[in-house]
Amino acid sequence: MIRFENVGLRYDMGPEVLRDLSFEIRRQSFQFLTGPSGAGKTSLLRMLFLALRPTRGLITVLGRDVATLSRKDLPSIRRRIGVVFQDFRLLDHMTTYENVALPLRVRGKEEREYRQDVVDLIKWVGLGERLNALPIVLSGGEKQRAAIARALIDQPDVLLADEPTGNVDAPLARRLLRLFLELNRSGTAVVIATHDLGLMEQVDARRLILSEGRLEIYD
Amino acid sequence: MTDTAATTADVLARARRFAARFRGERQTPIVPAGNVAGRAMTTVIAIMTFLAALTVGAVSLVGDTASRWQNDISDEITIQVKPGEGLDMAQALETARQIALQTPGVKGAAVLDEAATGRLLEPWLGEGVDFSELPVPRLVIVSIDTEDPPNFAFMRTELKEAVPQADLDDHRAWVSRLVTMARTVVFIGVFVLSLVIVATTLTVIFATRGAMSGNRHIVEVLHFVGARSSFIAREFERHFLRLGLIGAAAGGIVAIVLFAMLGSFTAANRQTPEADQISALFGSFTIGWTGYAGVLLLVATVATLTALTSRWTVMRHLAEIDMISPVEN
Repeated sequence: MIRFENVGLRYDMGPEVLRDLSFEIRRQSFQFLTGPSGAGKTSLLRMLFLALRPTRGLITVLGRDVATLSRKDLPSIRRRIGVVFQDFRLLDHMTTYENVALPLRVRGKEEREYRQDVVDLIKWVGLGERLNALPIVLSGGEKQRAAIARALIDQPDVLLADEPTGNVDAPLARRLLRLFLELNRSGTAVVIATHDLGLMEQVDARRLILSEGRLEIYD
Repeated sequence: MTDTAATTADVLARARRFAARFRGERQTPIVPAGNVAGRAMTTVIAIMTFLAALTVGAVSLVGDTASRWQNDISDEITIQVKPGEGLDMAQALETARQIALQTPGVKGAAVLDEAATGRLLEPWLGEGVDFSELPVPRLVIVSIDTEDPPNFAFMRTELKEAVPQADLDDHRAWVSRLVTMARTVVFIGVFVLSLVIVATTLTVIFATRGAMSGNRHIVEVLHFVGARSSFIAREFERHFLRLGLIGAAAGGIVAIVLFAMLGSFTAANRQTPEADQISALFGSFTIGWTGYAGVLLLVATVATLTALTSRWTVMRHLAEIDMISPVEN
């Protein structure tokens, strides 16, 4: 689904921050991306969701070589990749319902077509009581779940989550992990970037470990 | 997705949104309706549009007034009869008037009576002066056909023969100086207007970019949830067009109301010294349809400029965050 071949990344004329990355995110797979702070997890995630071009190597996303993609092609590919940002990036003037429905709204769908699906998904992530709440009154965990629901609403082929448990306590982190596993069972490939060892120990999943710009893979 | 398919999908989506709006389904706008930066931008736009509209109105007023001065003066000439030994002033004035009336190209001639002459000289000689006791020149005001003016040289010769004390003043030197002055005033006005328009343009651009900077996170979120650049740009363009129109219309309307108030003030106080002074300079202080059209054009231009600046800022921001190469960044 997403394939990296000898990918390298450098900023300006500095040293390579990511070197010779070769791996594949397979359909319906589940993996953790981990490594010490500053190892390049966020840069790698940005390359995975087409926000950053590599300085060398080949990246293929959903069968397309990203080097040959024009800007016009990007939205249709991005719509098949769900992203959960570490800082949630919810729009403060919109309710939980409106934030979660946003990806469908920008695709031009009518509200009556998706209303029930959005409500069902919000209930599934446990925010049924917070449907009409603005982000400012949501807790960190609730914001995280709203952000996850927004990433999932259009049933992406792959979900990328950057430190999804970074702002929540251990019980909620376990609950979010169960949510990701359930999602994976329903067919979505999941990549969770985290440095939470406790979280990774709960699941026997593939680990992509970044260290000093290189990637080690433990299947 | 091919370009054609993407365009078709975009058109269909727009049609669906329009239909939903028509049915009264309201959703929270993607770009929030109002924040401090947006209100500050609207205020700045209103102030700059007001100043630019005042300049447009003033230039239009000065231009109209200058051309009116020129027309008023060039369609009149005067015959001045100086007092002389044994001269019957009344007879001389009447002779001069008759000569003027008989000349082709003259539409009318009238002797400026003693009372009117007295009013003309009042600032220098004071009130209640008996002019029959003083050697004061008298005037005959002659209206001419500006399309087919009389032969001034012939008229001057005829007058000199009949009344040696008469001089014909065709105001040519005065009109020429006035035309030069009027053109200079209009040129300066247009120059000032150009400066004000440049200042307005820059202020509107920077105010819009300032207001947009508070919305960068919205652009990013829309971008990463898969919105097309055209969709994002359109949402911001619509929002900022509305804000720009509100600000520009407010500034333009206040300027128009101010002109209307000054116009009615001069009209209502036509007999007072203050209004006389204003009327002496500007006639009936009205800016005319060119002034109003200029203000409307200004409002439309400022609103369009605001919308286009927001679009340009969105597209630029998207280009910055869209698949950037770290070495190009």
